[in-house]
Amino acid sequence: MSKKQDSQPKQRSLAWRVFHFLGSMEFAITMLITLAIASVIGTVLQQNQPYPDYVIKFGPFWFEVFESLGLYDVYSALWFLTILTLLVVSTSVCVIRHTPSMFKDMFNLRTHVQLKSLRSMHHRANWQQSPGLEQSAEDISEQLKQQGFRTRITDKGDDKLVSAMRGGMNRLGYILTHVAIIVICVGGLLDGNLPLKVAEWQGRIAIETRDLPLSDIPKQSRLPVGPQAFRGSVSIPEGRAASVVYLPMRDGYLVQNLPFTIEVEEFRIEHYATGQPKSFESDLVVHDPEREQPLEQTISVNHPLIYKGYAIYQASFGDGGSELTIDAWPLFAGQPEPTELNTKVFETRQMRWGEQEMQLEVTGFRPFNINPDPTEDDPRNVTNYGPSIQFKLRRETGEALEYENYMSPVQRKGRDFFLSGVRGSPAEEFAYLHIPADENGSIDGFIRFLHDLHDEDVVADTAAEMKDETLSSLQSEEDLVLGDSLQQTLQTLVSMFVGGGFGEVRDFIEQTLPEAERDTLAPAYLAMLREMLGRIYFDGLDLQPDELVTDARIQFMQDAIDAVGSLPRYGSPVYLSLNDYTHIESTGLQIARSPGKSTVYLGCAFLVVGVFLLFYLPQRRFWVWLSREQDKTQVYLAGMTNRNPRDFDNYFDQINSLLQSRRNSAGD
Amino acid sequence: MTTDSLALNSNKTNLSAWIWRVLMVLAAAGVINFYADVLTVYEVAIIIITAIGMAILGQNWPGYRWHTAAVAVFSLFAVSIYGNELAAADSSFWLNYLLASQSAFMWMSALFVMATVTYFAGLLFHSEFTEKVASFLTWSATTMGMIGLMVRWRESYLLGADIGYIPVSNLYEVFILFAVVTALLYLFYERRYQTRSLGGFVLLVISAAVAFQLWYTFDRQAHVIEPLVPALQSYWMKIHVPANFIGYGAFAMAAMIGVAYLLVDKFQGRGSAGGWTSKMPSFNLMDDLMYKTIALGFAFFTLATILGALWAAEAWGGYWSWDPKETWALIVWLNYAAWLHMRMTKGWHGRPMAWWAIVGLFVTLFAFLGVNMFLSGLHSYGTL
Ligand code: HEM
Repeated sequence: MSKKQDSQPKQRSLAWRVFHFLGSMEFAITMLITLAIASVIGTVLQQNQPYPDYVIKFGPFWFEVFESLGLYDVYSALWFLTILTLLVVSTSVCVIRHTPSMFKDMFNLRTHVQLKSLRSMHHRANWQQSPGLEQSAEDISEQLKQQGFRTRITDKGDDKLVSAMRGGMNRLGYILTHVAIIVICVGGLLDGNLPLKVAEWQGRIAIETRDLPLSDIPKQSRLPVGPQAFRGSVSIPEGRAASVVYLPMRDGYLVQNLPFTIEVEEFRIEHYATGQPKSFESDLVVHDPEREQPLEQTISVNHPLIYKGYAIYQASFGDGGSELTIDAWPLFAGQPEPTELNTKVFETRQMRWGEQEMQLEVTGFRPFNINPDPTEDDPRNVTNYGPSIQFKLRRETGEALEYENYMSPVQRKGRDFFLSGVRGSPAEEFAYLHIPADENGSIDGFIRFLHDLHDEDVVADTAAEMKDETLSSLQSEEDLVLGDSLQQTLQTLVSMFVGGGFGEVRDFIEQTLPEAERDTLAPAYLAMLREMLGRIYFDGLDLQPDELVTDARIQFMQDAIDAVGSLPRYGSPVYLSLNDYTHIESTGLQIARSPGKSTVYLGCAFLVVGVFLLFYLPQRRFWVWLSREQDKTQVYLAGMTNRNPRDFDNYFDQINSLLQSRRNSAGD
Repeated sequence: MTTDSLALNSNKTNLSAWIWRVLMVLAAAGVINFYADVLTVYEVAIIIITAIGMAILGQNWPGYRWHTAAVAVFSLFAVSIYGNELAAADSSFWLNYLLASQSAFMWMSALFVMATVTYFAGLLFHSEFTEKVASFLTWSATTMGMIGLMVRWRESYLLGADIGYIPVSNLYEVFILFAVVTALLYLFYERRYQTRSLGGFVLLVISAAVAFQLWYTFDRQAHVIEPLVPALQSYWMKIHVPANFIGYGAFAMAAMIGVAYLLVDKFQGRGSAGGWTSKMPSFNLMDDLMYKTIALGFAFFTLATILGALWAAEAWGGYWSWDPKETWALIVWLNYAAWLHMRMTKGWHGRPMAWWAIVGLFVTLFAFLGVNMFLSGLHSYGTL
């Protein structure tokens, strides 16, 4: 662009040199690329997660290092903001430096050119024409005007010069594009959380990291109503109201007071016929002391409510503390009856089951579970598994297992099962316990069987009966001794199975049997165990003597045995079965105030207009120098453009032939 | 783009341009009138903008006019066979083998691959005729793709009035959009610069997209029309996504020209004098074209990102959340901004810029696909 200012580089002051360095293209491009690379970090590392998650992921050492680099909230880290600021400064310097010349370029028709320089331009032509000098100048000027040019005729001694230009707005495009960057960043700054960071740094506010009820949150973590920008969220159960929002800050939050109260009347999810959610909606009532009537409005995704500069969005939804009635079925010995339990989602209570002390934390409730259930015809088939609860059982040691229990039986291979998933951490998949439903669709049948297995008398009776039957077929001396040991073995097998599943039985076989006999005896032991389990089951049924055993019963027994066998890995002393519920939802609102928004939008408008002007409105200039030559007029045409030279080749030819087409016509 | 040269055009072009414009006005008016009951004011605005855009595109570009006419005729034909029954697809020969969206896309895929091969054949054997055939195949593929999109639009409504949506809403659909837009961009410049030698290179990236698309269809059943999640039910999508794909398409084209540039640079002078490189356009032209397409892509990508911000402001409560997709859009944008400055103000050109354009495509590809595959975020835009 303008090179002349660099004539005496040595004498420049430091300030001047800094200014020019900041405005240099090298620096600008470096900043553009640096910003791009820095931005990658935050997309690779998930931002603003709970800090313990990072510790687990990186270990304590790297956790500290990354924290001090601000990597968990890169986009408001000081170094990141510095890069951004440098880019804005660079752009500003650039704009300041170039704007004056751009403005000049935009309007100036460059009437000072000399014929010599026109004749050395790349695009040029000349010809003679018959009309007189004045007439020709007028003519040509008029023709160029028709093509959208601004023109001016100047006297050059005896000669005349027609200067023409169109697309001067291209230069405005440059200014708009670059000013836009500054405007957008300033707007973004207004909406950013920099003031909060400063306040925190000065110790005026403190981030709260504990999970406290609103009333206990200290004043230091609460922000008064004011003109400042914020963006936070709040979850409000149906029928309740809130007048604050929570602003997530690194590993904690701040509480922002609102000048009004938002009451949620109802939250709704509508579904498509296929079961996917179609819309999320909340009926809100805004109570504002400054209003006579409360404002009622329904919001949904993509349709927020904007009230007094506060924008209220439907962001998420969750449970609002649904009321649950639960039956706790003991899975340990001695107590076959369930105890009823009334609780709520998000409630935590201490429980005592048998010997064990445990904390029950209800974490969730879902009224329906639409899960993929591929069939042969339709690989995308989905099925509703009905309501489910999610909870954690925490031992005194602090460890917890997480559970997910379905309320109604779910069909698997044509049979009905109560499903209960268990896992050690959210990172794992649930492993499901399948408890078969009995013929009444209830869990009773299974519990009765389990209880019988736990009952030492029942097991002993069955073992004795089985021993007697076995011995009646053998008739030898050692029978008595053998009989006692057989009964003992049968009882041990059952108690081992109940305590540790088939796995433990196998371990027992491995450890007690001599290796030579293991292969032949092991199947016999397992068969004996199965026989015992079968007898206990059928004895428990109290069948009529002539009643036939149905296949369904046998199948049920198999399933029940499998379930009992996996109980030792289930980790819970009870099975919690959901009996009844009142679903209370809560709506997740995102509430934002962004005073910088219109500034940003203005910048965006500048940017779009600017970029399109820059690219698609080429600035084109023509000069026509006319001089008298005897009775003719000698015409020199020259043209130039600031972009798309290839298109200009054509354009120049077109203008050239247009102007020459009248070389003999007009005038006389 | 070319309004300035209009006044100098011959009368014949002028007449057809005028007919074309009138047709666009009529079409827009017709659509607005026909759907008056369901259109919001924003959608009416979008239709008007689209009509203006198409009027401008077509006024100096007969190929585009024919393409549009064919798309209109065949799509309406398909829609009329469908009537109100999605099941009509099984019994109608036309739908089953040609016009149902799925069939149309298969034709599109096959034609694009054929066109790619044909372009290269034309280049290798110095056959202008073959190259013309390739152009024709590309036009046909583009037309089939566009018809497929139009028909799919109707099909989604036939699945259920509340399900219907514009088919630019998931990864499957935007792949088709990408192929169609990139091909149209290419065809535009093919005519503008009077060279077909770059066709094979540009279509290579389209063929790659088509291959991915086929895998996605058969392996993941991605072609099944699913209703939109609430966040995507917005008119912003109707402009944000197409604007984005003009950007992606242009960047992809620039990168492929970069590839052509580097190959010519490497192989020129080797082998016999009449090798394929002698048929390629000049370095100067390729350089220029690379610049033009990146500029075009940059302009539309800027627009698309801003539209995305406006949409985010409405859907998520903030115009900028540093969500991975947003952030990658910024990265792409900054990268090309740097490219443009390098070229405009530092005068860089040739090989380094070609390499950079190719790197740019990988950055773009990550923003387009990688983010959905590897990163998690707010964008509910289809995961793999
Ligand atoms: C995010 C920041 C920036 C963006 C998005 C941006 C955008 C643009 C665009 C789109 C162009 C047009 C390029 C072309 O015509 O091919 C341009 C040109 C230009 N930019 Fe930037 N720019 C930025 C920062 C800067 C900075 C910091 C400087 C100063 C060092 C600068 C100086 C220039 C100059 C001198 C031109 C050439 C204008 C002309 O003669 O047409 N830009 N810029």
